[in-house]
Amino acid sequence: MSQDATAQQRFNAQLFRGYAVYTLGFCLLVLLLASLEIMGLARHWIGYAFLLVTVALYAGIGIMCRTSDPVEYYVAGRRVPAVFNGMATAADWMSVASFIGVTGTLYLTGYNGLAYILGWTGGYVLVALFLAPYLRKFGRYTIPDFLGARFGGNVPRILGVICAVLCSFTYLVAQIYGVGIITTRMTGISFELGIFIALGGVLVCSFLGGMRAVTWTQVGQYIILLIAYLVPVIWLAVKQTGEPVPQVAASSVLQQVTERERELTHDDSELSVRALWRERSERMQQRVSGLPETYETEQQKLRLQLLRARANDAPMGEVRNLERELAAYPKSVEDARMAWSKARDDYAVRASAPQPHAVPFASRTSESPDAVRNNFLAIVLCLMMGTAGLPHILMRSFTTPSVDAARKSVFWSLFFILLLYLMAPAMAILVKFEIYTDLVGTRFADLPSWVHAWSAVDRSLLTILDLNQDGVVQLAEIQIGADVIVLAGPEIGRLPYVVSGLVAAGALAAALSTADGLLLTLSSALSHDTLFRVLSPKMGPGRRVLLSKILLLIVAFAAAWAATRTPADILFLVGAAFSFAASTFFPALVMGIFWKGANKWGACCGMLAGLGVTCLYMVQAQPWLRQWVLGVSTSEPVVLWWDIQPIAAGVFGAPVAFLVIALVSLLTRRTNPVTDALVDDLRRPD
Amino acid sequence: MPTAQARPRTRYWHHNLLLIVGLLCIWCLVTFVPAYFALELSHYFIFGWPFSFWMAAFGAPLFFLLIVGVYAWYMARYDERARRTPEADH
Repeated sequence: MSQDATAQQRFNAQLFRGYAVYTLGFCLLVLLLASLEIMGLARHWIGYAFLLVTVALYAGIGIMCRTSDPVEYYVAGRRVPAVFNGMATAADWMSVASFIGVTGTLYLTGYNGLAYILGWTGGYVLVALFLAPYLRKFGRYTIPDFLGARFGGNVPRILGVICAVLCSFTYLVAQIYGVGIITTRMTGISFELGIFIALGGVLVCSFLGGMRAVTWTQVGQYIILLIAYLVPVIWLAVKQTGEPVPQVAASSVLQQVTERERELTHDDSELSVRALWRERSERMQQRVSGLPETYETEQQKLRLQLLRARANDAPMGEVRNLERELAAYPKSVEDARMAWSKARDDYAVRASAPQPHAVPFASRTSESPDAVRNNFLAIVLCLMMGTAGLPHILMRSFTTPSVDAARKSVFWSLFFILLLYLMAPAMAILVKFEIYTDLVGTRFADLPSWVHAWSAVDRSLLTILDLNQDGVVQLAEIQIGADVIVLAGPEIGRLPYVVSGLVAAGALAAALSTADGLLLTLSSALSHDTLFRVLSPKMGPGRRVLLSKILLLIVAFAAAWAATRTPADILFLVGAAFSFAASTFFPALVMGIFWKGANKWGACCGMLAGLGVTCLYMVQAQPWLRQWVLGVSTSEPVVLWWDIQPIAAGVFGAPVAFLVIALVSLLTRRTNPVTDALVDDLRRPD
Repeated sequence: MPTAQARPRTRYWHHNLLLIVGLLCIWCLVTFVPAYFALELSHYFIFGWPFSFWMAAFGAPLFFLLIVGVYAWYMARYDERARRTPEADH
């Protein structure tokens, strides 16, 4: 025992030293690039350097940790100390959506965006109290393993595999898509090439070393993503207020932002721009209500305009715009109805006053504060239960040395997540201040170069349009996407370009670390739980690992292929993964641990019912999904239950699942000594 | 003797359940009460922030960390005690 303890201590000391050297090395790299930038190194070379060095670092750790032993491959030998497991879980957890999306959402929606912070951190309370210690006590390899052992038989196990694939694959596609976008911006290479380079980095790591390599790479990725987030936010805080603690700086900046919001709400030129948007929105409404006649007449009008512009030798830009508009003209009356109603709603939002940042449940549409509050609470609850049900996070409790370490590891995970999440509200406010005071009021001729660079990447990310033709930027003329806030934050605050490169490297680390964890979850669900446990239980350990590696490759390429198809709505897909986890894994696992009476049929029916209700609500409440499945036009109004948006569908699925598990288990009640012994063992102190 | 053993074991488990329920109440309290009354509470200020904003952005997440920490360290000590006196608690 004491020998074990000293060995573990030596291992810990070695780890601390290794990662200290690693952190120092990375900081030196950043400083080196910063001095090269001052000496005049071109910007895209900084992007290349960050991309290649970080991907090479991750691949290097992966090669160092290669293994073909099942315990090492699936659960990293169960000897990851709590602090490091916490860091790895934090990296596993923080996807591209947390790194970039949360701050962007907070910028755009103010208080309402805090639902994501609350939901994604509060979920760890549920993990710590309900799941992590017991899963570790059970101590096998995967979550479907647990379902199979607790409820008996292959049906719950296979259902678990299906749910794991459903949650993880949608999430994985979103990560790989994010990787593609970041590499494209960082270096200017094509989207597909970017995906495949990054995929190489992910694969070297998870393919060679499984959970072991992924764990140690994730620790490295966490360090990079933390540095990448802290540097710009602290820099901005010092620059704006001279105060190095971002939260303290943001509290005084928030008052200035609120003041400025009030000014901009009543400013004359802002009012004139908003009136122009309202006019456009009304014109769209006329077009929609005039359908189907307006479909022909508008097309005719556009053609005539183009002919006249060409005949009059109008400026090239104007002709181009008209040509583009004509090429993108809706293909049918139904398409026109959808496109125009969407444009009408978008313009109506832009015609509204800026949303006050710190006022809860404000909205720029006609939603009442009560409706926004219901939705806020539903999102919080759904994300909490989803966090506690996501298999790639729960799997991490298997890698700790003991039950005690599993509990402490959840604490450290939340600690490391909060280091970043507590910065996000401050970052959003600091960037908002820059935009409200610096960008608004600039003359169009003097627009900073990042505006052109980002609108060139994608017009949906950033467009500034001189609507009232006064040559000065008004707030109502700026359309900014959520993803830009963090990625362009350093440029918005006029920090050196090396900080932008650093932020992109951090976003890449966030995407890759999550992709790694998801890939492993998927491949072990398919190989360990399906092929080994169900189809051929006699397989040797070497072949199991080999098979797992082959499946990993297949899953990775399938996800990359799906990502290049550019899925319709990335954020919705990520939200859907949480809803699925909240309505399947969370109820089944909690009931399995805390109620001996829960049995096989109860769990199976419960998971199916939860999944069914969640899918049903999503299909009927999400316009594009409804059109895809039921063929109902997206311009038809949707029916929402208690004003809850489809992204929080799990909030209906989870209670149904709990109820069905209880009812069906009671109806098919049968005492099973094996299950009783297993649950008793879970509840015994370690 | 299964019955003699069962009693102390259930005591360990019940103690654990009690702790879980207590911590869960705090979790519920810090999350949903300030969020539900956010509009009313935003007129009060704390560290220069409107109270409801501060609570959702910083207060509640820090409480979550505290809850998880209290549970982890309390249970570590409780497990240790159960291990040291195997007849009474295990």
